[in-house]
Amino acid sequence: MARKAFMIDTSRCTACRSCQVACKQWNKLPADSEINRGSYENPPQLTPHLYNKIEFIETEVNGEFKWLFLNKRCLHCGEAGCLKVCPSTGALFRTEEGLIGFDKDKCIGCNYCVNGCPFDVPRYDADNKITKCHGCLDRVGNGLQPACVKACPTGTLQFGARDKLIAQGKTSGRKLYGEKALSGLGAMYLLDNQPQDYKLADNPSIPTSIFLWKDVIKPLGILGFWGSVGVAMLHYVTVGPKQLDDDTEAKGGE
Amino acid sequence: MTNHWIDIRNSDVILIMGSNAAENHPISFKYVLEAMDKGAKLLSVDPRFTRTSAKADLYAPLRSGTDIAFLGGMIKYIIENNLYHAEYMQLHTNATFLVNPDFKMPGELDGLFSGYDEQKRSYDKSSWSFQRDAKGVPKSDLSMQDPNCVLQLLKKHFSRYTPELVSDITGTPQEKLMEVYQIYASTGKAGKAATIMYAMGWTQHTVGTQNIRTMAIIQLLLGNIGIAGGGVNALRGESNVQGSTDHCLLFHILPGYLPTPKASWPDLAKYIEKSTPQTNDPESANWWSNRSKYITSLLRAHFDSGLTTEEDFGYSLLPKLDDGQNASWLMLFDRMFKGDVKGFFAWGQNPACSGSNANKVRKALAKLDWMVTVNLFDNETASFWKGPKMDPSQIDTEVFFLPIAASFEKEGSITNSGRWAQWRYQAVEPLGNSRHDSQVMNELYSRVCALYKKEGGAFPEAITKLSWDYGFKGLDGKIEHIDIHAVAKEINGYFLADKVVKGKSFKKGDLVPSFAYLQDDGSTNSGNWLYCQSYNGKGNNMARRSQKDPSGIGLYPEWGWCWPVNRRILYNRASVDASGQPWDKKQPVIWWNGAKWQGDVPDGGWKPLNQPGTKKSFIMLPDGVASIFGAKMKEGPFPEHYEPLECPIEKNPLSGTKNNPVIKLFYEEGGLEEDIFYSCDQRYPYVATTYRVTEHWQTGVMTRNIPWLLEMQPSMFVEMNPQLAAEKNIKNGDWVKVSSARGQVEAVAIVTKRFQPFKVQGTTIHQVGLPWCYGWSTPNTGDSANLLTPTIGDANTMIPETKAFQVNIEKRG
Repeated sequence: MARKAFMIDTSRCTACRSCQVACKQWNKLPADSEINRGSYENPPQLTPHLYNKIEFIETEVNGEFKWLFLNKRCLHCGEAGCLKVCPSTGALFRTEEGLIGFDKDKCIGCNYCVNGCPFDVPRYDADNKITKCHGCLDRVGNGLQPACVKACPTGTLQFGARDKLIAQGKTSGRKLYGEKALSGLGAMYLLDNQPQDYKLADNPSIPTSIFLWKDVIKPLGILGFWGSVGVAMLHYVTVGPKQLDDDTEAKGGE
Repeated sequence: MTNHWIDIRNSDVILIMGSNAAENHPISFKYVLEAMDKGAKLLSVDPRFTRTSAKADLYAPLRSGTDIAFLGGMIKYIIENNLYHAEYMQLHTNATFLVNPDFKMPGELDGLFSGYDEQKRSYDKSSWSFQRDAKGVPKSDLSMQDPNCVLQLLKKHFSRYTPELVSDITGTPQEKLMEVYQIYASTGKAGKAATIMYAMGWTQHTVGTQNIRTMAIIQLLLGNIGIAGGGVNALRGESNVQGSTDHCLLFHILPGYLPTPKASWPDLAKYIEKSTPQTNDPESANWWSNRSKYITSLLRAHFDSGLTTEEDFGYSLLPKLDDGQNASWLMLFDRMFKGDVKGFFAWGQNPACSGSNANKVRKALAKLDWMVTVNLFDNETASFWKGPKMDPSQIDTEVFFLPIAASFEKEGSITNSGRWAQWRYQAVEPLGNSRHDSQVMNELYSRVCALYKKEGGAFPEAITKLSWDYGFKGLDGKIEHIDIHAVAKEINGYFLADKVVKGKSFKKGDLVPSFAYLQDDGSTNSGNWLYCQSYNGKGNNMARRSQKDPSGIGLYPEWGWCWPVNRRILYNRASVDASGQPWDKKQPVIWWNGAKWQGDVPDGGWKPLNQPGTKKSFIMLPDGVASIFGAKMKEGPFPEHYEPLECPIEKNPLSGTKNNPVIKLFYEEGGLEEDIFYSCDQRYPYVATTYRVTEHWQTGVMTRNIPWLLEMQPSMFVEMNPQLAAEKNIKNGDWVKVSSARGQVEAVAIVTKRFQPFKVQGTTIHQVGLPWCYGWSTPNTGDSANLLTPTIGDANTMIPETKAFQVNIEKRG
């Protein structure tokens, strides 16, 4: 199946936050009790009960005051740090549409994915199980749009075939963020300004330590494991099964 | 709205001023963005940089309460640069009319128009009139050069509004003013359209009506009324507030904008005589000359159809206002506060938070004998007796709470800002003991009626003679279940006798096809003439759902139904020239094909203006044209800038008349302490305004009970600029006390560059803003911003001035 993705056109976002609420409604997520800290941006961060949120960024671009709105969520990376580091098979997984889902039953609560994510997305709930945007894989798998996309009144959020969204995005004249990074993000942005104005990394990458873990140490470890199995096999084939020392047995040990 | 929501996408320039559409009408932005996709420019003018401003091509700040100065400068700019649409003005407005030479303007009379009576605080309007010929038709000068013609007077009046002076009043930098003027005035050409989206940021001022008038004048100068993408568009604050206004929400009108009877109009003949506008112009349709048909049909719908012509069809049973009586919101609560009101239904409302000067409102509720609150949730009104500063042992008000069905728990019609009546269906059964409003009213009616029948009383016929045929009656005469379709059909109207009208014969019981068929002989009824056609022989037109758009401009004529007679754009005969050809060839609303009109339902079906037998294009006005000179206004036929009642400056920079000279002053010598105000007072040095937020709705009764929404906007806040915060040693997130002459609230400081200080009259003026969506009954959210707002209203409508008043702020100790 062709890879699917979100396209987030920031120029159309009015920060109405129906995406935040629709997500909570579909995914049956409770409200966090909140206080106002001197901003509209509440909660201030993603939480175990908040899979996507709008960041309200007051900034100046070329001397002009701007109030920028950015939908923050799991970007469903093509090369996903979380997936790479996850030691528990199936706790994080990629759907056939290319989204990164999770299975709480298989999560072992190691928190590795938190360190593996270049966008500070995964959160752990009270049971120490991973939560994050899973792209409404239950809806998408049944031919529906993700809840946030369905609720968006301005067309800021779109979901569909990734290559088509890219082709459309390129005609908009806006900066397309995430086409190539990390083997292509599964949630891309169309930006009116530079990525850093939205506090987005120019070239997002998986932390080197993770790269080492996943691409060097983990493979080596796996290699080591299978290596020892292999050596044992080789030994079995060439030398044959280990023979119990009849004498030892007979003697009942030393 | 003269136009409708979808039509916003047809605009070339969109001015959002006096509203914050992105935050408070989020769906409208679908169409704003569609217009911008096609190259439209979005202008945001607001004291504060909002989520609307964040999307705008241009943002211009202005001090609250100075909109007339801002827009007056635009009128000057348009006229002096010849950017107006002269042909449009000659055909469709009174710009050419000659005014009485005795008429004097504020430039000559230090801020006043001729005829002011200081004692009465009102005007003798005799000089605010047109010169008329022997037949009584206004004289005009088509060249618009006569010094007494409306255009020349307008030019003279607004010549005082120079960019320097406007900037000095509004605090808007001059270059921003000029940019706004330039972009907006670029639509004075045929084929260009600009729209205004406004809301309570314009209406809730002592000059609220004149704010809208100023914009209407601009739209008429530019030829922007009647065309696609144009108009004067009020964004209504509730999903059905248009419907409730149409059906007489306000004290001074009956359904369909018929005037409320007065004590001095004792019978129907007098009512018709006094309330029907007259014209001597044979080319004026003067549609209100049909008043007698509409009031008679209304009476036939209200009261027992057995009532006869001799009984005036029950006219005497209608409640009447005393002559000169104003029964608006502020007056109602003033009377209640003084103990004149015994009982009160708070139906779907929360005045303890929504009412201006809420402390006074809350005290007034304690003077009632009884109050019935009808709502989805408990709220500050229903529980006022246990609220802050209340001693329940001292309050004798008996309070009843009736739980009511929510919108999705009931079937019925809803009318949006664009006048579309749309039918909606019940999705789920009402929860618990809550009921449909009509069921509650039915219970009330049947019980009160039974009591009147049994016990008599002062005036029982007003109730016992009501017509109440909305469902199957049991043996006891009571209707068990109200049929909401029967209500909708009666609003449309029936023939009550066999009748031939316009060559068509109708049987008794037939639904009336449209209001052109209503009669004044008692043979038709109609609960609201404007809705006649909504539910006729073709069925329930409000339930139509066709997505066909033959116009290509988004009229969708078979989606729902729109008043009047499914006309989607009002005044659309101004969208064409004298020969009936559209100014805008690419987006025509209507056009004359040589034999008939095509496109939208034309505003009167007469031939084009250059053909014999035509009628002028503004059919609801006696002169047949739009009023640039509007003598109906209480404070003057042209708008003039006056400062808000509470303002930060000593003197009106334009004249010696500081405030609107005809507003009713509540706090006078010996007035109520509750109504106190302080203008230009060191104790309350900061301008304040109130607003809504996307996340909450109105006073928040519904949204504060939804934890997801409370999570996003958890509590009361006050926004201020960093300079003011530094002066007051307030940091972002600190708790602050905000106080006015009348009350105090606590709020979290949001220190933001989205507010900037204003340079006015050589001084720095700070403004702060607070939402009014919180109330004490939801824990930890704070209380209403309306504890601060004043008891003062607009001169014409008495809508309270909650958008500009004075406060102090202090860090909470």
